Amino acid sequence: MTNLRAENLCFEIEEEHILDGVSLDVASGETVAIVGPSGAGKSSLLRLLDRLDEPTGGTVYLDGTDYRTLDPEQLRKRVGLVPQDPALRSGTVRENVTIGPRLRGETVSEERLADILDAVGLAGYADRETSDLSGGEAQRVAIARTVVNDPEVILLDEPTASLDSAAEAEVERLLADLLASGERTAILVTHDERQAERLADRVARMRDGQIVDVGTPREVIT
Amino acid sequence: MALPDRLTDPVVIEGLFQVAAATALAAVVIGISSIRDLDLERELGGSFARGFVQVIAMGALIGALFTIPLAYSGLLLAAMVCYAAWESRKRGGGVPNAFRISVIALGVGSAVVIVTMVAAGAIERSVRNLVPVGGMIIANAMKTNSLTLDRFQGEIESNRDEIEAVLALGVPPERAISEFVTESVRASLIPVVDAMRTLGLVYIPGMMAGMILGGANPIYAAEYQFVIMGMIFAAGGLTSMTASLLLGRAAFTDAAQLRRFEATDPTLLATLRSALDR
Repeated sequence: MTNLRAENLCFEIEEEHILDGVSLDVASGETVAIVGPSGAGKSSLLRLLDRLDEPTGGTVYLDGTDYRTLDPEQLRKRVGLVPQDPALRSGTVRENVTIGPRLRGETVSEERLADILDAVGLAGYADRETSDLSGGEAQRVAIARTVVNDPEVILLDEPTASLDSAAEAEVERLLADLLASGERTAILVTHDERQAERLADRVARMRDGQIVDVGTPREVIT
Repeated sequence: MALPDRLTDPVVIEGLFQVAAATALAAVVIGISSIRDLDLERELGGSFARGFVQVIAMGALIGALFTIPLAYSGLLLAAMVCYAAWESRKRGGGVPNAFRISVIALGVGSAVVIVTMVAAGAIERSVRNLVPVGGMIIANAMKTNSLTLDRFQGEIESNRDEIEAVLALGVPPERAISEFVTESVRASLIPVVDAMRTLGLVYIPGMMAGMILGGANPIYAAEYQFVIMGMIFAAGGLTSMTASLLLGRAAFTDAAQLRRFEATDPTLLATLRSALDR
């Protein structure tokens, strides 16, 4: 079980402040949702938490360890990011779900693959081409691709933003199962405040690159 | 013949008509580009005019060039590599360190081939042989380097989301982009591979034809032409592979973050200075 603490994170691109002193404490097994308008810096924050971008100020502690002292590849294995756009590669579901371990030179057993596909509601999909998947199925493959690493912390960037309402409900059910066990620490970025209310233990509201409110869903979402 | 006499030589005047014909053809291409709104007129016209001025200047100076001591030809070839890298880097469209990578890639590709072939006796140890043949190898390696840069930049930019999705799984950066690097190398080598495939069937190079017309044994002329093509092939391959290796590294920070490609157009002096500072 892992806790994650962002401390005074800043991020600038060409002198434009994208994030301006963001601090956030996420306890082990907790799910925190981040809500706020477009351009508030929600996705940028997730990228920094996974160190896909380098903070221009502040840092992140993973179980008390400054993440800059960790090997970036090990860090990203422990902190998995599910991007907003699944960005699957052409090929089969199997190839996409196992791409992380495969490109690191590890193997995933057929049994484990079957378990993961079953968990994301894609049992029997291993040999399907990704080009034949619906938006909701592609998003579930993206979630499975991260879950196969068994990350201690999972970062979800608008997992249902591009889906129709039926697919959104399916993916949300999957997320509820994934997060409810409390086995993983999770940060969920969403534009849908009701979704935040349904899935998160706490909610942080962002505006103009800053966290302006943190609390229980009831306290933050009115 | 002094320079003014050379310029007024009847054959030069006659050559101008041929230049006019070639220019008319280029103008057709530029015209089509304009009609089709391809927005390539400046680049096409500029390169065509520049090529003309440069080759005529070289023609006027070449006699003097061949009188320099052999030892200086290495310096001249190094300068050619730097200038070719300077032109080629623009194809990288913001790829980090494109100039430095191009200098190294072109340097490695050309030097290995030139040194090997001089040692093997295929390139004569004389300025009049070393400089034109070396220049031809560098120019061809530059084409491959430009194609590598152009394709690499395009592949990475159009697959940025995919690459970062895989990086986010803890995949080492070189593995996350390996298929795009392979694609860049493959695409950059298409012209040399196709030239080799059609050599003698479609592509009957001028040098070989000239040697045969000059009375050389046709088989020897063909052998020599193959040697030339082999040099171009090897220099292109080595350049592309060196460039792709270095590009793959330059695309990431030390923390395995995919860099943003920001196109800049610094001056030659500023770029040389920053390359030397590193």
